Amino acid sequence: MRVDNPILAERMREQATAPIGAADAPLFIANLTVAYADKPALWAIDYTAPVGGLIGIVGPNGAGKSTLLKAVLGLVPTVAGEVRVFGRPIGQARERIAYVPQRSSVDWDFPTTALDVVAMGLYGRIGWFKRVRRRHLNFALERLDQVGMAEFADRQIGQLSGGQQQRVFLARALAQDADLMLLDEPLAGVDAATEATILNVLRDLKAQGRTALVVHHDLQTVTDYFDHVALLNGRMIAAGPTGEAFTEATLLDAYGGRLATSEIRAAGAGD
Amino acid sequence: MDRTLIDLLLLQGGFNTTLVTVGAALLGAGAGVIGAFTLLRRQALISDAISHATLPGVALGFLASLALFGDGRIAWMLMLGALATGGLGILATQWIRDHTRLREDAAIGTVLSVFFGLGIVLLSHIQTLKSGGQAGLEAFLLGSTAAMTTSEAWLIAGGSAVVVLATLAMLKEFAAVCFDADHARALGWPVAKIDLAMTFLLLAVLSVGLKTVGLILIIALVIIPPVTARFWTERLGKMVALSGVFGAVACYFGAALSASAPALPTGSLVVLTAAAMFSVSLLLAPARGLVAHGIRLTRFRRRLMLRQALLRLDQGEPMVPRAMRRLIRLGVLDPEGAPTAFGRAMARDASHDHLLWTRYLARHPDEAFAVTGWGTRPITEVLSPDQVDALEAIDQ
Repeated sequence: MRVDNPILAERMREQATAPIGAADAPLFIANLTVAYADKPALWAIDYTAPVGGLIGIVGPNGAGKSTLLKAVLGLVPTVAGEVRVFGRPIGQARERIAYVPQRSSVDWDFPTTALDVVAMGLYGRIGWFKRVRRRHLNFALERLDQVGMAEFADRQIGQLSGGQQQRVFLARALAQDADLMLLDEPLAGVDAATEATILNVLRDLKAQGRTALVVHHDLQTVTDYFDHVALLNGRMIAAGPTGEAFTEATLLDAYGGRLATSEIRAAGAGD
Repeated sequence: MDRTLIDLLLLQGGFNTTLVTVGAALLGAGAGVIGAFTLLRRQALISDAISHATLPGVALGFLASLALFGDGRIAWMLMLGALATGGLGILATQWIRDHTRLREDAAIGTVLSVFFGLGIVLLSHIQTLKSGGQAGLEAFLLGSTAAMTTSEAWLIAGGSAVVVLATLAMLKEFAAVCFDADHARALGWPVAKIDLAMTFLLLAVLSVGLKTVGLILIIALVIIPPVTARFWTERLGKMVALSGVFGAVACYFGAALSASAPALPTGSLVVLTAAAMFSVSLLLAPARGLVAHGIRLTRFRRRLMLRQALLRLDQGEPMVPRAMRRLIRLGVLDPEGAPTAFGRAMARDASHDHLLWTRYLARHPDEAFAVTGWGTRPITEVLSPDQVDALEAIDQ
C-alpha cells in the first residue's frame, strides 16, 4: 500500500516493527477476514498461538482451515485484520516460518529428486543468484534422514508414494529451520508408518520449543495428537488447550447436524 | 558459388555465413534454455500469442525506421517494434485471463489472431509503398538467413547469449517458482516478478529469433527442445542444459541447410531438425522412451505370468496353455505337464516368496508401493537381508 502522508507513513512503519503485547506470540491474529470473490471465507478471526504448542486446526470441509494458513502467509489477499509472527508482520518474519502445502498443489512429473526438493527449503537462506553447494545438499540429506527418507534421495518425486511425498515436503520445511510451522493436512491419506514419523517429528519440534499449526481432518485422533486446538468454521468457534476447546459443545457448534452425537463421543471430546 | 553442406556445417562458408550459423545456434540455445521453464510453468502456449503479436511491431518498426532513417530495414528498430507489441500481447492475454471469465486458452487465441490480423494489414500497406526494401519482411513469417546482414547476425548472437546467461543466473529462482509457486511465495520471494522475468526472457528470445525462424514456427523452438530433453533426464539442471543443446543443434543445422538451399525457408528446416531429434528421443530414450517402456512392460508381464504360474502349480490349480508351455521350456514341468522335482522346488520357493511379499505389503504398504518388483522379483533381490529376516520371523 502506498501512503502519501509522511506522518501516517512513519506511524505505520513504527507499528510494523514494534511488538504489541500478545502480538509477540509465535502467531497473533486479530480480526482477520478473508473473502473469495464476494463470499467470506474467514470471518473476523482472533487467535494467539502459544509458544511450543502443537496445535490442531479442526473444522468441517470449507471451514477455511487451509485459507487461514494461506492468509497468515500472505498467499491470499485479506479484506481486513492483522497477522503478526513473533511480533512482526509476515514480511519481516519469513525466515522464522515454514509451510507444508497440500500435496495436490504440485506437479509430480517435475524433473526433480527428493533431495532437490528438500534443498529448496534452503533457497531463501542461500540467497539470490547463488548456487546450491555440496554442504547445502548434505544438510538437506540429513533432513531427509530425519523423516526416514534418506535412501530415496535420488528418486524422482513422482515415483514416491503419497506418504513418502508428504515426508519429503516435511523435510523441506525442516530444512528451513523455522520456529513456526504451518502444515496443511500433512496426515491426509498417508500410511500408518508415515503418520507415526510425522508425529514424532512434530513432537521433537515441540520439545525444542517450536510451534506447529496442523490442519487436521480426523476427529478421532485430535485429543491424542494435539495439546491445543483451534476449532474453525468460517469464524473461530473455540481455541485453547484441547480439553477446553475440543468439547461436545464446541464440536456441535462447529459441525452442527453434520456429526452424529456418537461420532462426537467417539472423538473423545471433553465434557 | 559452390557451397556444399559439409563446408557450411564445418563453418567454412565464409565469415558472414559462419556468423549467421553460429548466431542461429546461440538463438537455439537461448530458446531451449528459457523454453524449458516456459514448459514447466505450463506457459508454453503463451509463446504462440507472443510470437504472433510481434508482427504489427515489426511492421511499425519498419515504418518508423523508414520515417526516421529513410531505410526500413534497420534490424534493431524492427526488433524493438517486435518487443513492444509482443509485450502488449502478453499484457492483453494476462488482462483477459485475470479480468474476464475467459480462460487462458481463449485469451491466447483471441490475442494471437487480433495481433496477427493487424500485422498483416500493416504489412499489406507497406507492400504498396514505393520505398523499396520491403521485400525482406516476408522472412519474418517463415524465417530466412539468406539475406541476413552482419549486424543482424551480431544482434541475434548477442541477444541470445544474454538470454542464456540471464536464465542460468536465475536457475534456482525459476526452478522454485515453476515447481511450487506457493512455497516460493511463503519464502517471501517476489513470485510475480520472477514470472515477469521469465516471460520477458521468453519475449526477448522470440523477438530476436523472428527473422531467422519466422513467427509462425518459432513456438516450436521453445517447446520441442525442452520436451525432447525431458525424455533423457529426471534432473532439472540436465534438462535445461540438454534443451539448450538440442535447440542449438536444431538451429545450427537449419541455418546451414538453408544456406546451402536458399529456396527452403529456415524456420521449416529448424523445426524439422528439432522434430527429428524429438522422434528419436520419443522412441529410444533409455527410461522414458517408447521402446524402453515396451521392453519393460513385456519383461514385467513375463515375470508376472511365470510367478503366477508357479503359485498355481504350488496350489495344484490349473493354468493356461501358454504358461504351461513356458514352464515346460524352463524344465519346471516335464513334457507331459507333470511337475519335475526342480519344478516343485521352484514352486515352493515362489510360494514362500509370495508369502513374504504379502506380509511386507500388510506391514509396510507405503514402501511396498514404492519398491520395484513387488510380488514379481525374488524378495531377497529387492529388500535387504535384515528386512527379509524380520518378515520371516513373523509367525502366522
